[in-house]
Amino acid sequence: MKELNAVITIAYRDLMKLLRDRTRLISSLIFPFIFIGILGGSLQAGLGASVGINLLTFTFTGVLVQTLFMSAAQGVISLIDDRENDFSQEIFVSPISRYTIVFGKILGETLVALVQGIGIIAFGLVLGIQFSLQLFLAMLPIAIIVCLFGGAFGVVILANLGTRRAADQIFNFIMLPQYFLAGVFNPIQNLPWYLDILSKLSPLRYAVDLARGVFYAGSPDYLVVLASPLVNLAIIAAEFAVFLIFGTVLFVRRERNR
Amino acid sequence: MQPIIIVENLTKRYRNANTNAVDDISFTVAPGEFFCLLGPNGAGKTTTISILTTTLAPTAGTAMLAGYNVVKNASAVRRNIGIIFQNPSLDMNLTAEENIRFHAVLYGLYAFSPAYALMPRAYRERVHELAAVLGIANEIFNPIKTFSQGMKRKLEIIRSLIHQPKILFLDEPTLGLDPISRRNLWQYIRTIRAETGTTVFLTTHYLEETEDADNICIINNGKIVTHGSPARVKADLIEEYLLLDAADRHALREELRRLELSFVETPQFKVNLNGRTTHAIIKAIETPLTVLQTHSPTMEDAYLEILGREKE
Repeated sequence: MKELNAVITIAYRDLMKLLRDRTRLISSLIFPFIFIGILGGSLQAGLGASVGINLLTFTFTGVLVQTLFMSAAQGVISLIDDRENDFSQEIFVSPISRYTIVFGKILGETLVALVQGIGIIAFGLVLGIQFSLQLFLAMLPIAIIVCLFGGAFGVVILANLGTRRAADQIFNFIMLPQYFLAGVFNPIQNLPWYLDILSKLSPLRYAVDLARGVFYAGSPDYLVVLASPLVNLAIIAAEFAVFLIFGTVLFVRRERNR
Repeated sequence: MQPIIIVENLTKRYRNANTNAVDDISFTVAPGEFFCLLGPNGAGKTTTISILTTTLAPTAGTAMLAGYNVVKNASAVRRNIGIIFQNPSLDMNLTAEENIRFHAVLYGLYAFSPAYALMPRAYRERVHELAAVLGIANEIFNPIKTFSQGMKRKLEIIRSLIHQPKILFLDEPTLGLDPISRRNLWQYIRTIRAETGTTVFLTTHYLEETEDADNICIINNGKIVTHGSPARVKADLIEEYLLLDAADRHALREELRRLELSFVETPQFKVNLNGRTTHAIIKAIETPLTVLQTHSPTMEDAYLEILGREKE
């Protein structure tokens, strides 16, 4: 019970910190706006007709998932330098288990990412992307799964990196290729075999594809979906468990043995 | 009485380091004591405090706090200690009350609730009481960023006391405070000690902050230089002597022996005062002197001297 209270406190704090920080709130939405509005819009205008699918919608779904995934991952990774900052120092010396800290942080960053997701969806509506209430309700659990998955991915990176600088540098190196390998902006149906292998190693691929599987259900554009949502869900569940267990154990061990 | 902190042969070597940051130190602290760990930057103060507060694993040796081992029973140790960090540990975007509330929930005192009004009455009364002590009853719901530095430090102390720790750790708490805030802070710590009998473990590199301490432990390069009551440390640190020389060194040597004064030839004569006054010694010596110097450093001089000596 005590640990549960601690998880909620840590998560609530993360959410409050975002909501009270207007600059951060706005800046966290700028990148998705650029990608969807400018990249998605121009792709659709230039290539949409010849490809036969709506590239704006395609980019929108990709960027939505990528933002949720990355925001959650990055939030969890911030535990590295948080140890010496603000209230986080208190969290690390309070009588709660390290596992509680990791779970609380994943949950908190999931909430933070979801707030950003709502901003992106609002922007999508402005751009004319069809988003019914049923679709929104169907996408909500998917969004939560994507965030938790991203958080678990963040724990693995966190556990393997010692400093914030290393994390920032490696993070871009790990995330940027995934944008393309996971097909955030670009269809990846016909990849050469070596890129296909890399693509299948990218956790983001399954998150993006799962979301598209639900988003495009019953639509003619469903052909962009690579695998059935159930397959994606199974892979995500397996990777999530591995990331979380492996990452948390490693993080807890590393944290004290500096 | 059983010591509340027992440190035995504690050693820490960071990964990829060639030397020990903390090198085989041992000391004890009695309950209710005001203990000062004094040393220059990089002496091993923060490393020691990190091990004692369970955020860092020692390489060798043991540390027991309030009867619990810091490695095997970290959670129990944490419940019994409060910590004021070197860096500010408040969330700027949250209110003062939220900072206190989150702390209280993490320490298992109350169940979480997203609003102050929904928290139990006991908690609200406690916050009220503390806010009154601080004189911020009106500002307690304002964001921390509107608070002054001294106010923030005080709030941190209040927060760290809310779970009634047996030991309060303060890691260079006056860093970045102006003289007035600094004095207020010490006044406040004195009051807390008088009221609650909390053991206070302070690290600092300012000698003057150890004035009130029951015991001082000076460390440098990871090793204990001296440890004991301020009077003992002072006696240990301060070497009072007379520096004498004469054209006829042989005669002076004979005379000093006759007067039963202990001295060292460097080749000038360093004469230990051993409780005698300078005046009495000079009066007793008849050999014409060519050099006469008194060496009677302040505590500050002595401290700097020792640190300088260790560095060489």
